[in-house]
Amino acid sequence: MKSHTTLPSRWSYFLGDMSERIGLLLFAVLILVVLPLGLDSFRLNNAGKYLTYAFVAVGLVLCWGLGGILSLGQGVFFGLGGYCMAMFLKLEASDPESTAIQSTPGIPDFMDWNQITALPWFWEPFHSLPLTLIAVIVVPTLFAYVLGVAMFKRRVGGVYFAIITQAVASILSILIIGQQGLTGGVNGITDLRTLLGWDIRSDDAKTILYFVNAVLLIGVIMLARFIKNCRLGRILVAIRDKEDRLRFTGYDVANFKVFVFCVAAAFSAIGGAMFTLQVGFMSPSFVGIVPSIEMVVFCAVGGRLSLIGAAYGALIVNYAKTLLSESFPELWLLAMGALFIGVVMVFPYGLAGLYEQYLKPWVAERFRRRLPAAEPVIPPSAVGQ
Amino acid sequence: MTTNDFLLSVEGLTVSFDGFKAVNDLSFYVDRNEIRVIIGPNGAGKTTVLDLICGKTKATAGSVAFKGSELTRMSEHQIVKAGVGRKFQTPSIYEDLTVFENLEVSLPMARSVSGALMFRRSRSVVERIEAVAEEIFLADQLGKRAEYLSHGQKQWLEIGMLLIQEPELLMLDEPVAGMSVSERERTAELLNRITRDRAVIVIEHDMKFVKNIAHKVTVLHQGRILSEGDINKVQNDPKVIEVYLGH
Repeated sequence: MKSHTTLPSRWSYFLGDMSERIGLLLFAVLILVVLPLGLDSFRLNNAGKYLTYAFVAVGLVLCWGLGGILSLGQGVFFGLGGYCMAMFLKLEASDPESTAIQSTPGIPDFMDWNQITALPWFWEPFHSLPLTLIAVIVVPTLFAYVLGVAMFKRRVGGVYFAIITQAVASILSILIIGQQGLTGGVNGITDLRTLLGWDIRSDDAKTILYFVNAVLLIGVIMLARFIKNCRLGRILVAIRDKEDRLRFTGYDVANFKVFVFCVAAAFSAIGGAMFTLQVGFMSPSFVGIVPSIEMVVFCAVGGRLSLIGAAYGALIVNYAKTLLSESFPELWLLAMGALFIGVVMVFPYGLAGLYEQYLKPWVAERFRRRLPAAEPVIPPSAVGQ
Repeated sequence: MTTNDFLLSVEGLTVSFDGFKAVNDLSFYVDRNEIRVIIGPNGAGKTTVLDLICGKTKATAGSVAFKGSELTRMSEHQIVKAGVGRKFQTPSIYEDLTVFENLEVSLPMARSVSGALMFRRSRSVVERIEAVAEEIFLADQLGKRAEYLSHGQKQWLEIGMLLIQEPELLMLDEPVAGMSVSERERTAELLNRITRDRAVIVIEHDMKFVKNIAHKVTVLHQGRILSEGDINKVQNDPKVIEVYLGH
């Protein structure tokens, strides 16, 4: 009853209600304080890598969790963002002095190996860092826009949309692999060294990049929370529930779908660019079908209705992946499959759903005096979207 | 009187699904502030007529003129903005949102992406929603998630979601189907109240309910008009008795 009698200010949408604020605070403490203090430099860099996937997962909460639009091609946008960043770093690493032994000095090494003698035109803008940073966001978002308009205006949705996005992921990874001379092929763009002369391979740089990544992630979560809490968030839920009703209420539903798909793409792209910076390379193995589905699993395990839950999902599933791959590399795909089946059949709202259902009532009981009870986030009827 | 004097002029409307003409060369006119009831046996094309008017189904031929503008060439959301509201047969509401939020999303404002991002819930918005909730008997249910409403309450909620848009033409597809007797009476009272300053097209089977509200009745049969006129004329029409009302 309380929700409609209060008139929230627009700024409060960024933070959400009390329990959302506490959730965000705990998450911020974890990634800004606990992990940096508790992990060595190598493990912290790994955690930073996992957190780049959280950008994708947060985008999927908006697009899939709220709007009901399942994209199985988020790797495309993660990859495009990552490649844009990698192209800049590669050009910086390919100055004429360090590439003097090549037959054409001053171009990336893989181009030289492929008998390319001049920098392709679409690489030229990536000499400039500002242009690169713009491209990191604009290129994937524009691509999502074209894809979104082409499909949503024609009312392609549901399973068909998921399959098409998956096909796009497959096509892009094949294209990158096939155009070795222009893209570095299956190896990707490797041997990235400096950002404006700053060595990104050093431990100090990795720590700084970890914090940049963490702060960006918190910013993205707050932005996503604004979208979720404002009128647009309720319209997205309405689209998931009864798209036709909304259309016959005077909304051009396709515009909202295109918008949220673009937002999810932009978030993924930021994650991809931060991945390149922290890991030092980008390759088609982060673009295709398998990584794209993995990203959906991160979101599903964390909870597709919870922004923070999805971020935890990316962290936890990737940590489990590393643990398992270190000892039993061949088991990981099976484990992931089992995890996905488990999520779909047993806990459809992921870890966040389990928390809401079992832990939160207990926590609320303990802190009744201090915490105002929040309304449940899980709509029981949203199963099977 | 020319056709432009009517609020809605349907002329020669035809739709064919793979050769089957669900609506065949149909013409009728609805006045301002008129309550028109469409009756007819199953498969007569009643719901299809509403689908054609609101743009859900595209007409094969014919015209639907509303206040002088041609609806058959407009997209669904443009038709709504022109002033046509449609209630579906099964309650069509947003189950995961609260009653308040259902009404808020239906407010005829901030219906673009940027508008929705900038929208701020104001005192007047809350008052408007509370007023409509009062009218549809849901004033004490505003904070409830819509899926927990009873069937009848869901029907009222959807009517409320249309009311808040203040359409000039309201189309209701079996608004009392599945309702209890007392809910039917309240709904009839509600419809009588809300139809005072707008035109309404209602599809209904319940003849008692039809008698209660109709100004004029159109009987459809196999996509064509079988009979049209006031309730007494229609009820005593031998053709109508034969195909629909029974002896």
